[in-house]
This record gives sequence, C-alpha cells and structure tokens, in this order.
Amino acid sequence: MMLRLAAWLTIAITVGIVIALIIPSLEFFAQVSITDFLFGTRWAPRFANASFGVIPLITATFWTTAIALITAVPLGLGSAVLLSEYAHPRLRSVLKPILEILAGVPTVVYGLFALAFVQGTVLRDWLHLPTGSFSVLAAGLVMGVMIVPTVASLSEDAMSAVPNAMRQGSAALGANRMQTSMRVVFPAALSGIVAAIVLGVSRAVGETMIVAIAAGGQARIVTGALEQGQTMTGFIANAALGDSRVGSIEYNTLFAVGLLLFTITLLINFISIRFVRRFREAY
Amino acid sequence: MSIATDLRPARSLDTSARSGERSPKAMVFLVLLWLTMFIAMTVLLVLIITTFIQGASRLDLRLFTEYPSSSPARAGARPAILGSIWVICTTAVLAIPLGVAAAVQLEEFADKTKRINHLIELNVQNLAAIPSVVYGLLALAVLTLLRVQNKNLVIAGATALSLLILPVIIIATREALRSVPAEIREASLALGATPLQTMWKQTLPSAVPGIATGAILALSRAFGEAAPLLLLGGLVFVSYDPNGLLSGYTTLPIQIFNWTGRPQEEFRTLAAAASILLLVLLLAMNALAIYIRNHYQRRW
Repeated sequence: MMLRLAAWLTIAITVGIVIALIIPSLEFFAQVSITDFLFGTRWAPRFANASFGVIPLITATFWTTAIALITAVPLGLGSAVLLSEYAHPRLRSVLKPILEILAGVPTVVYGLFALAFVQGTVLRDWLHLPTGSFSVLAAGLVMGVMIVPTVASLSEDAMSAVPNAMRQGSAALGANRMQTSMRVVFPAALSGIVAAIVLGVSRAVGETMIVAIAAGGQARIVTGALEQGQTMTGFIANAALGDSRVGSIEYNTLFAVGLLLFTITLLINFISIRFVRRFREAY
Repeated sequence: MSIATDLRPARSLDTSARSGERSPKAMVFLVLLWLTMFIAMTVLLVLIITTFIQGASRLDLRLFTEYPSSSPARAGARPAILGSIWVICTTAVLAIPLGVAAAVQLEEFADKTKRINHLIELNVQNLAAIPSVVYGLLALAVLTLLRVQNKNLVIAGATALSLLILPVIIIATREALRSVPAEIREASLALGATPLQTMWKQTLPSAVPGIATGAILALSRAFGEAAPLLLLGGLVFVSYDPNGLLSGYTTLPIQIFNWTGRPQEEFRTLAAAASILLLVLLLAMNALAIYIRNHYQRRW
C-alpha cells in the first residue's frame, strides 16, 4: 500500500508542477495578453513602462542551445561510435567513466570556466574577438561539452543494441569497420541516436547556471554568437535574486516564463521518448 | 555485457588480412573518432587545471573556517559547506526511501498490462528530463501556498532537490531490480515465502549495489545543483552555522555562484578555490559509485 503511494507520488509531482505553473501564469495573462507575451520583441519586466515580449529570451535560448548542439553532436556521436564499434572492452571500461565525469561536473563550475577561461582568456585574450564580458558563444560551447556524455551514452546504448548478426553480415560482404559503422550500425540505431540528441536539446534548453553566469544578463534580441543575451532560464535565475512580492507581476512573470520553458521541454521529451520506443521495439 | 562484446567477429578478424581496415578513408575516420574523444577529455582536463591554477592560492584553511565577508581576504565558505551537508543528508533521507519504494512497486508489484502503470512509467521518464529550475518553481509555489514568509529553510531546499532526483533514483533502482534473475524470486516463492518476503529478503538485497550506485550518483547531482535553491532564497548572507531542518542555509554551489558574480578578482579566486573543493567531493562520490558498481555488483 505504501509502495503504491510512492508510485502515485510521481504523478502527483507532475500534476503539482502543472498547477503550480498555471495558476500564477493565469494571473499574469490577465494583465498581459498572450500575443504580447509570445510575439513581443521587448523584454523589460522591471522597468517603469514594463514590456513582456518573450522573443529576446527565446532568441538567446535558441543561440546557446544551437551552439551547444553544434559542439555536442559531433563529439558525442564520434565518442559513441569509438566506444561501441572500435574500443576493446577493457579500453572502453576506462574511457567511458572518464567521459561520464563530464556529466558530473557541477554546472556552477562549468559556468565559472565559461566566464573566466573560455570567454575571458580564449575568446578575448587569445583570439581577440570583439566581445564583452559575456557571450552566448562561451556559454553554448561549455554547455555543449556538458551534454557530450548524455549524447554519447544514449547513442552508444542504441548502437550496442544493434544485433551482431548485422555486423557479421556486413563484414562477410567485405565491408570494413568504418563502412559497417556508417552504413549498417548507424542507420539501424538511428532512432536511438535521434532520441539521444533530442534529450541533449532538452538539457541545453533547461540548463540554468552556465547561462546565468556566462551568457549575460541583458534581455535583448541576440543576432550573433559573440553578443550577450539572457535566456529563459537565465531570466528565472536572475529574477529569483531580486525580492519579488508574492502576487506581484514580477512574481507571476517567473511562472509564465517557467510555464513556457516547461511546455517546450515537455514537447521535446515526448519526441525523445517516442524515438526510444521505436528503437526498443525494433530488436 | 562482456559476453556480447566478446562475440563480435570484427575484433578477431581485425588484422592486416583485411586490407579494407587500412584504407586511407578508414584510417582518417578512426583518427576523427579518436579526435572527438580526445577533445572532450582535453576540455575536462583544461577545466580541472585552470580551476586549480586560479584557485590554488586561496585553497587554505580559511575556506573551511571563515564566514562569508565583504573582504575577500577574510571570506570563507564554512556555512556553505555545512549547509550543503545539511541539505544533502536531508535530501537523501527523503528521496532514497521514496524512490526505492516507487521503483519496487513499479517493477515488482504493478500489473504491467494496466494503462495507468504504463502512464506512471512514461511520467517518470519525463520527470527525469524536466529542467531543475522548474522544480524550484514548484517548491516556491508550494511554500507560497503554505504562506511561508521566509523560504530559506533547509527542509524546503531538500524537498525541492528530492523531487529533482526522485526520478533518477527510481530509474536506477528499477534497472537494478530488473537485473536480478527471475529464478531467485521463483525459488523463494516455491519455498513458501510471500511476495513481500521475497521482495524484502531476496530481490531487494540482491539489488542493493545497483541501488547504491544510482543513489550516490543522484545525490552527487543534487550536491552540485544550484538553480532550484536560488529560487528558494538560497543566495543569502549566512553568518552562522546552519543547525536544523528549519535553519537558514546557503550551499557550496550557491556560494560559488555568488562569488563568481562579484566584480573583484579576489572573489573569482575564492570561487575557483571553492570549485576545487566541490569538484574533489563530487569526483570522490562518483569514484565511490563506480567502485561499488565494479566490486559489489553480482553478475548472474
């Protein structure tokens, strides 16, 4: 009986999240129209003439996520193919835990690294790029490294699940290991690989501390990788620092942005789960 | 697992006899694969080294004994370290029993043909991928509903983190339970044990190493997490030792975030020093988890 209660608690958490986000959001949307929120291009919730257009936050989130993916997908997939198709089991048992340490580094430490080393030292001092103290590039790059283990681990699982008979068949036809990896294993594991990437997207969209530290704090529409920008999560983290009175528009704004973030990640997660289902059913 | 990989024929056939493996294209491909692994590991190494170089000068006793201060030379992370210990221990007490109970129910007792159990399973998968700030918003809303004025409480932070890691513990525990062979359960039942006795005396003890590994990894995630606590007023100036579930607190990651945001260079150094401490603690937890997995996990 107690056990069943514990299982039901997980449902209660989801319902709780939905209710917790929707009620303050309803109050928010009583004062700000949904179209102004979703399509407005000026985000200034704390100004005298407040404006609640969420587009600037979305563009910053888009940039950091895109940069993170451009970093994480090649690194993650390359590592996954190496671990699954090439590495000797002994080598694999050494490489995989080291790679997974990347997922265990706390995000504040990544944030400090992005701010002090990637932005301050590499981008500005070494490459002399025209950028300020913060940039979506530094935050995105480091975030990409953070999600490499997510992409690598799930893709490797998918590739390992491809039956050996397919590799044997390919080898018997004279294919070398590269051809087998690229033309047999990769396509067979594709749905699992897509799921891994999609989960990576969801982690990048929801990541908070790295962007709060290294991406910047001004909500403006981001048009280039070297600009600073405030993401949705960055806004929530920064707004939480100021003391917003319960029931005030600032307080409700937190939840409206949270609801948008939740909806986006929920959609992404379901796409991912669907893809995983497909690869599980295949073999 | 090891059996499956050993069976791959490509490994035994991999000699110069198959000239295809040595073709330029194949070699370039292999080099590229190694390069991706190399880049990822180099970044990890650079991160560790730069953090050490930046913070080494302040990694001294002051970090452990002093309270936060506006003067960098006198500032330390004592309350943050104690706060982290309080919050993580409370989180462990809340999340591990609940997570294990939910997993046992889902894996051992739930009727898998029922739609509702399928829904719960899908829900757990989805919860595991919800951004951590959303859990902070949930806890914030609940505290508001309970009309709690001061939200900076150890128990509130620990509850938010417990909800965050609950799905991780459930998934790890189910994985561990699934790897216990059905024969163990059947033998126990055949000797007259009730399903509940079988679970308590046979299945669960056999799964303990897997559960412990998952729980430690989940707690290390909670340990490094700052975002949900930020929403619960975790970023405060604490000049006392936290001393109970209703005490105010700040944690090590939040203290690092705070110091990172200061303009003075000395505070960056302090942030790096605290990061070293946090990294060492987390790597130790990860190493412990891997050790348990490798040494105690029974292969059936």
